[in-house]
Amino acid sequence: MSYDAQFRVWRGDADGGELQDFSVEVNEGEVVLDIIHRLQATQAGDLAVRWNCKAGKCGSCSAEINGRPRLLCMTRMSTFTEADTITVTPLRTFPVIRDLVTDVSFNYVKAREIPAFAPPKGVAAGDYRMEQIDVERSQEFRKCIECFLCQNVCHVVRDHEDNKDSFAGPRYLMRIAELDMHPLDEMDRRKQAQDEHGLGYCNITKCCTEVCPEHIKITDNALIPMKERVVDRKFDPLVWLGAKIRRREDA
Amino acid sequence: MTDDLQRHQYDVIVIGAGGAGLRAAIEARELGMRTAIISKSLFGKAHTVMAEGGIAASMGNANARDNWQVHFRDTMRGGKFLNNPRMAELHAKEAADRVWELETYGALFDRTKDGTISQRNFGGHEYPRLAHVGDRTGLELIRTLQQKIVSMQQEDLRDHGDYEAMIRVFAECAVTDLLLDGKRIAGAFGYFREAGDFVLFEAPAVVLATGGIGKSFKVTSNSWEYTGDGHALAMRAGASLLNMEFVQFHPTGMVWPPSVKGILVTESVRGDGGVLRNSEGKRFMFDYIPDVFKKQYAESEEEGDRWYTDPENNKRPPELLPRDEVARAINSEVKAERGSPHGGVFLDVSTRLPAEEIKRRLPSMWHQFKELADVDITKEPMEVGPTCHYVMGGVEVDPDSTAASVPGLFAAGEVAGGMHGSNRLGGNSLSDLLVFGRRAGAGAAQYVDSLGGRRPAVQASDIEDVMGFALQPFDTDVGENPYEIHQELQQAMQDLVGIIRRPEEIEDALARLEKFRERATKVKVVGRRPFNPGWHLALDLRNMVIVSECVAKSALVREESRGGHTRDDFPAMDAEWRKVNLVCSHAPGSVEVDVTRQPVPTIRPDLIALFDRTELAKYLTDEEMSALPEGDLT
Ligand SMILES: Cc1cc2nc3c(=O)[nH]c(=O)nc-3n(C[C@H](O)[C@H](O)[C@H](O)COP(=O)(O)OP(=O)(O)OC[C@H]3O[C@@H](n4cnc5c(N)ncnc54)[C@H](O)[C@@H]3O)c2cc1C
Ligand code: SF4
Ligand code: SF4
Ligand code: FES
Repeated sequence: MSYDAQFRVWRGDADGGELQDFSVEVNEGEVVLDIIHRLQATQAGDLAVRWNCKAGKCGSCSAEINGRPRLLCMTRMSTFTEADTITVTPLRTFPVIRDLVTDVSFNYVKAREIPAFAPPKGVAAGDYRMEQIDVERSQEFRKCIECFLCQNVCHVVRDHEDNKDSFAGPRYLMRIAELDMHPLDEMDRRKQAQDEHGLGYCNITKCCTEVCPEHIKITDNALIPMKERVVDRKFDPLVWLGAKIRRREDA
Repeated sequence: MTDDLQRHQYDVIVIGAGGAGLRAAIEARELGMRTAIISKSLFGKAHTVMAEGGIAASMGNANARDNWQVHFRDTMRGGKFLNNPRMAELHAKEAADRVWELETYGALFDRTKDGTISQRNFGGHEYPRLAHVGDRTGLELIRTLQQKIVSMQQEDLRDHGDYEAMIRVFAECAVTDLLLDGKRIAGAFGYFREAGDFVLFEAPAVVLATGGIGKSFKVTSNSWEYTGDGHALAMRAGASLLNMEFVQFHPTGMVWPPSVKGILVTESVRGDGGVLRNSEGKRFMFDYIPDVFKKQYAESEEEGDRWYTDPENNKRPPELLPRDEVARAINSEVKAERGSPHGGVFLDVSTRLPAEEIKRRLPSMWHQFKELADVDITKEPMEVGPTCHYVMGGVEVDPDSTAASVPGLFAAGEVAGGMHGSNRLGGNSLSDLLVFGRRAGAGAAQYVDSLGGRRPAVQASDIEDVMGFALQPFDTDVGENPYEIHQELQQAMQDLVGIIRRPEEIEDALARLEKFRERATKVKVVGRRPFNPGWHLALDLRNMVIVSECVAKSALVREESRGGHTRDDFPAMDAEWRKVNLVCSHAPGSVEVDVTRQPVPTIRPDLIALFDRTELAKYLTDEEMSALPEGDLT
């Protein structure tokens, strides 16, 4: 059941690097992260990689496997044949720190620029009332484990470094949608989504949705509805207000 | 030598960015402290993110009879009355407010039909008590706190022109030593993982919120971060650790395939109807209900099944006994060769709930088994077995302020001891994080205020010492591979100080630990300082050895079985031992672990009165019983 697999792992830092070849043991049931750990323990003690949960829950172990953005801990070796050479490289959109570890601070900068939840005035803690059906839309987006794979894959920034300033990326545009759909949030978020965070750059290619390990329908459920609301507002600001008030009355 | 050292000054530094650390930082900042948060991982990745089942708080949404007294009672029972009663009281009283507060930060829990927060059943909790979001509650908790911190930073930008004016996160930064001025805290020293450069935080108050120690065991649900750093930092700074013999082995970890062995299968599977069966198809838990719990658990499968829909008139199924009981039962079944093919038992929800319902209630379990084990839990049973999950033991603290014995040192969350006694109930950790995280932030702020302007100072010679230590693994030409020592240590703890403990084996473990301690000082790492996991592990080894020694030494001294400590040669609980806490510390200047006995704090009369006499008689000595007031206690 055990065999030796051929791995090519990118090693290097901001000054450059290269793919290194390894031959390494693989056992039944293992995932790519197990193999990277075996390399660390036996052949490359200083091989840099991020991980925490090893169960697809923390979003730390993002990298590209044979060019496809994936979680290392959720990619099973059984999806390859024994003859395949498996190439592991760091996320391409973010600057490399070392080996498989990239500088993802772009995401934390964007996270900080999205205005926070605006709690309802005059509702005390303990008095929040919301229907399950009303929280479910935002709950889908809150499944996000911040693996940043969608941020990595979106072509708006993947190939256009200069767009990074004006585009929050799918994860944070989805955060705006999440707050906008929160039954008790009190802010109109449509103008900022469009004018400050670059919703307009998104041309709904759905690449973000395809890579999301949480299977969140980022494009269909967050970005497109958000775009529709932005358009609505341009026609009639009262539509939005009405929608919010109606949601609250239901709750 | 100290040229390449970054220096930062803060009022309060919080080591750890899990639930406890973030809640502490929020409180400290709200009380006007300039606060730093330090974490080994990226922001939002701490262990708390992995919690699944829920957060325990007696809001009474699912059953109006629930209240803090019932929660207190359950917590004491779960901990087998070894809990610090004041901590269990504060926790039970404040948990609900802490959960409601999360909603004001933007959290979205699952709802009841009335629009309140939905609550689910869990082992050891009398009523449905766990607020939850599917089975990803920890993610909701950490993201909510993270977003609250962002919102405070946005306020600070508005008021001070700088996001980081009052609160700053130092991610991927590991603290290796606390620095003292005399006996008082003066700061903390560490390195940034990214560049491998050193950093000094000067601050009069440090909150430890570093989580647990599970990485000292081979089969564990814990991540690489759980190397017991906070426990060891506290010991080296002169504080003491309490109850270290009590390690929780969660009954249901994955057992197959080998690479996922130990990964957690949430208790909600059982709370939502899942049952445990052995290879003969028998629901064996009915054979393992201990006397102390006989009154609270169902005697037949039929009664247990009725309880899910009619909890008023039926008793709960024994699958929902506290974790230590279930883990030992599984262990016995496997030993008696009634286990599953890969050395566990079967946990089945597929015959209990419709497939759609399973996917809705347990989405991440469904996903986890599908992706990692090729098992569809809506169609077939899972194989599960015990996994090292949580440490009840931790820094000895004052319940109200979370202050440790070292002035300026505070501890909250898994790193603190006392709250859970000998065994923690599921869901009581996330609530613990919030209740005592908040208290730690407040305790630290009050301490800093009390100092006025007179702040402790870091000694230059201390900085050179700790820096020298950190660089040692690069300075040697020959030395051992840190990964090998780590694997051997995990194996030794797993085999010799695991679920069932024997004195000869513990002594064997202690002898090996002695050698690990020596070997850990002579490791060699390859490569350079930037993001070098081999180096990081080399530095963590020292901490793992200290906490392992605390676990083993205390386990040898306690000659009884209680909660997360089972002695083969003393299989019963002993009321005399209930009165004893074991406390670990270093004698000044020594690396040896001393274990001393200390009385467990007495339970206040008004809290004792929450139990009836027959129940108390199961835990207390005759002498303690006769000292109780005459007549009805309540
Ligand atoms: C899989 C799993 C499921 C669980 N499910 C539940 C549940 O449903 N309900 C429940 O109540 N409990 C649950 N628990 C337990 C609970 O999640 C943990 O006990 C709790 O999250 C610990 O939180 P904490 O804030 O104490 O520490 P953590 O969240 O672990 O955070 C520790 C922090 O300290 C930092 N740190 C550690 N050492 C250093 C150092 N040397 N320098 C700098 N930073 C450091 C880490 O980087 C991290 O940020 C679960 C645990 C696991 C593993
Ligand atoms: S759908 Fe929009 S956000 Fe998603 S990848 Fe395409 S352009 Fe980017
Ligand atoms: S939305 Fe999905 S892909 Fe994007 S960061 Fe979150 S979990 Fe990852
Ligand atoms: S290690 Fe947590 S998602 Fe892979």
